[in-house]
Amino acid sequence: MITEFKTSIADYAARFKTAAERSRPLSAHLKALEAESMYIMREVVAEFENPAMLYSVGKDSAVMLHLALKAFYPSKLPFPLQHVDSTWKFREMIKFRDEMARALDLELRVEINEDGVARGINPFDSGSNLHTQVMKTEALRSALNRHKYDAAFGGARRDEEKSRAKERIFSFRDGNHGWEPRNQRPELWNLFNTRIMPGESIRVFPLSNWTELDIWQYILEEDIPIVPLYFAAPRPVVERDGTTLMVDDDRFPLGKDERPEERVVRFRTLGCYPLTGAVESSADTLEKIVLEMLTARTSERSGRLIDRDEAGSMEKKKREGYF
Amino acid sequence: MVTETTRDDLVDRLTHTGQHGVLRFITCGSVDDGKSTLIGRLLYDAKLLFDDQIAGLENDSKKHGTAGEEIDFALLLDGLEAEREQGITIDVAYRYFSTEKRKFVVADTPGHEQYTRNMATGASTADLAIILIDGRKGVLTQTLRHTYIAHMMGIRHLVLAVNKMDLVDWSCARFHSIVADYMKSAENLGFKSITAIPMSARFGENVSQRTDVMDWYTGPILLEHLESLDIESGEAQQPLRFPVQWVNRPNLNFRGYAGTVASGSVAVGDDIVVASSGAASRVSRIVTSDGDLETAEIGDAVTLVLEGEIDIARGDVLVPPQERPDVSDQFAAELLWMHEDEMLPGRSYLLKIGSHTVPATITSLKHRVDINTFEKKPSRTLEMNGIGSCKVSTSRPIAFEPYKTNRAMGAFVLIDRFTNQTVGAGMIEFGLRRASNIHQQAMDVSKDARAKIKGQKPTLLWFTGLSGAGKSTVANAVESKLAEAGHHTYSLDGDNVRHGLNRDLGFTDLDRVENIRRIGEVGKLMLDAGLLVTCSFISPFRSERQMARDLVEGGEFIEVFVDTPLDVCIERDPKGLYKKALAGEIKNFTGFDSPYEAPETPELRLNTAELSVEGAADKVIAYLREANRLG
Repeated sequence: MITEFKTSIADYAARFKTAAERSRPLSAHLKALEAESMYIMREVVAEFENPAMLYSVGKDSAVMLHLALKAFYPSKLPFPLQHVDSTWKFREMIKFRDEMARALDLELRVEINEDGVARGINPFDSGSNLHTQVMKTEALRSALNRHKYDAAFGGARRDEEKSRAKERIFSFRDGNHGWEPRNQRPELWNLFNTRIMPGESIRVFPLSNWTELDIWQYILEEDIPIVPLYFAAPRPVVERDGTTLMVDDDRFPLGKDERPEERVVRFRTLGCYPLTGAVESSADTLEKIVLEMLTARTSERSGRLIDRDEAGSMEKKKREGYF
Repeated sequence: MVTETTRDDLVDRLTHTGQHGVLRFITCGSVDDGKSTLIGRLLYDAKLLFDDQIAGLENDSKKHGTAGEEIDFALLLDGLEAEREQGITIDVAYRYFSTEKRKFVVADTPGHEQYTRNMATGASTADLAIILIDGRKGVLTQTLRHTYIAHMMGIRHLVLAVNKMDLVDWSCARFHSIVADYMKSAENLGFKSITAIPMSARFGENVSQRTDVMDWYTGPILLEHLESLDIESGEAQQPLRFPVQWVNRPNLNFRGYAGTVASGSVAVGDDIVVASSGAASRVSRIVTSDGDLETAEIGDAVTLVLEGEIDIARGDVLVPPQERPDVSDQFAAELLWMHEDEMLPGRSYLLKIGSHTVPATITSLKHRVDINTFEKKPSRTLEMNGIGSCKVSTSRPIAFEPYKTNRAMGAFVLIDRFTNQTVGAGMIEFGLRRASNIHQQAMDVSKDARAKIKGQKPTLLWFTGLSGAGKSTVANAVESKLAEAGHHTYSLDGDNVRHGLNRDLGFTDLDRVENIRRIGEVGKLMLDAGLLVTCSFISPFRSERQMARDLVEGGEFIEVFVDTPLDVCIERDPKGLYKKALAGEIKNFTGFDSPYEAPETPELRLNTAELSVEGAADKVIAYLREANRLG
């Protein structure tokens, strides 16, 4: 028997209008993780004036949003979603983002670095470093400055990458949004220090203790809608330097010998389409994705081109304010 | 090959993985003991490393490793660049792995004494501690220190991992002598279980595999033990403690109290009271987005709806009427200091316990603990990584329980009110009844009545500034003008108070804090008498001025910053003190070798380099009049 678990966004939104009994209890360890995340989110809303959720449209953001909807039920989400749009995201991500915001009646704020657009910064000609710096890091900083958020939720997990394993759940940022790894506040029990001076802020990572498998299992058990790009489907791709890239629109500059070919692929992480490698996979349902996860031999960040250069690269980016 | 299954089958298969729930543990030891190697080995043997992580590890091992051509597992854990280059672990890193029987969260922390606070951080959420010993070296000072911290933080299960057995010829006798040596110190600390395992993390012996090199050892190997240990804490069976985190009020028809059940359980229909006020109600609904529940257990994040209108805010704790926790503003606690600035008894800090934050002071330090020998030693203060037993006084009564009984109700952190740094972590030992036996004496003539007779509103004018700034001179002029106009006044002055009330105090930071605390209390009595009081004290620290402000009612405290540049003060030098300070004859002189923290938002700022004494005093009087303090 094959079951279809790609829940529709409309059905999903209806669940938060009137509470519906669940068909089976949530697995014990996920229930504990869920409760911990909800606790963290409630601390933020109780103690900060102007929080926001940095929403990246990916699976971790989907889980983070879901947890927030549960934590504050039956109230509406008590903060806006902030998306940083590099203008090179997959088209399906933008569509999904807008549909979710509409169906759930969320306040969505989108930041685009118009100056970068005018300068023609793009991942193909400018290189991934400059593109990330201008269209993501700078755009994020300008969103933070424009809206003066004193707390911002991010979906990062400690199991993703080495420098994140040491980051606090409440991670202090100075007036320039910088992170100082050697001077972090001690974080004991669940007693989070939320005190800041004007201009300073805290990044809050409610998914710190989740693993990639936890995320997928939770999406499966909670029936959370995710961008269809995570599911295998025939897509036009080209192979470049050992990475499979999807030709998502006609801005993709094809070499004279390059011809997009239709292959059944899916994505394990989502971001800017020219910087996100696809994997060969036939997993077109959530169960198949989880089964694939259980036998996977490469970690998810290996599909992201920005981490490739050297192990310390993520830490450098974070000190500069990258999420 | 991916097979198709239904979701339920798959979830069953996945949850089977976590059937013993989650075990959180901490590893204690230093780099030399092979701590990071042990964790790396656990991850590697559990087949939890991905191909690209192994490739990265091999790459890093060649560049930074200390294991020659072999994989250096330690590099997997030492995350931050700086410490990787120095070859040490400087913070807390969290790792996640799972086996078929259990999920694990490992906190990896450094072992040296200067990282006591990091170890305590990792231990605060751990169920078990692995204490690593190098088989060649045996029990060291640091072994005992780690054991003490684990004990202090309330960890109930220990594993004594006697590592590097390969370097002592897998010797049974060596192992047993180390264990016997260790038990002499540890067995009386009240751990629920201590399991000693001989192992070699480098070769994986008795970590996740058992071969015949140590056939004399018949106990559990590490991974088996971690997978099967029963860590039930008993807090699920304790009385309900529900700290209210956030009041959920989407519209006028719904008012719920969001929080996580800290201990015990709660059911619809249960009677509850607010611990601090005693206000009573009954649980009418337990709301979640998955539908209402009949009961909620320890660890559940829910929203409670109560019968009737009752006054509840964030920070309140809901409890059963028959089983209430202590409510007091005085308690004894074990305190770990975590900041470079030493702990100052008498200084006002913010104390966060559960969802409640209140101003608090450490009234006295009973003793400090030498964590290398467990000895108690007299001390007036604690330095970074110092541990001691102290008395704490909060500005309002709070609900609590001893940390040993209930971690969530007995743990607190202290936050500096001006730098916002987390400076201390505390574990409540017991409540002190002193406050509850000394009731406020109710007087027939009230503060209001006294003030009314005098036709004024009691006010504390707090003049702060450098020595020689002109505080006393301006205060004196203000008092003359007030007296002339028929007001009832009093002046408290630094020099005069130090000749009497505070003559036992010197000029160290510690004594300066106590000096201001006493003056604040005297000022408060004067306000109670209905007076307009001027206080002229250098009062160099923001924290203490804030403390004086907190002692009195809103509007009564007026901070006047006598803002005179240091060079002008030196030139004036009315008491000849700057001359002495410049000659090095006076120590701890404000502006020289003792700091002055200027007020950021004083009610009034007087620049005496520009204003005359008369003009400055007029400015103060005008402010009082405008603020309606003069009747």
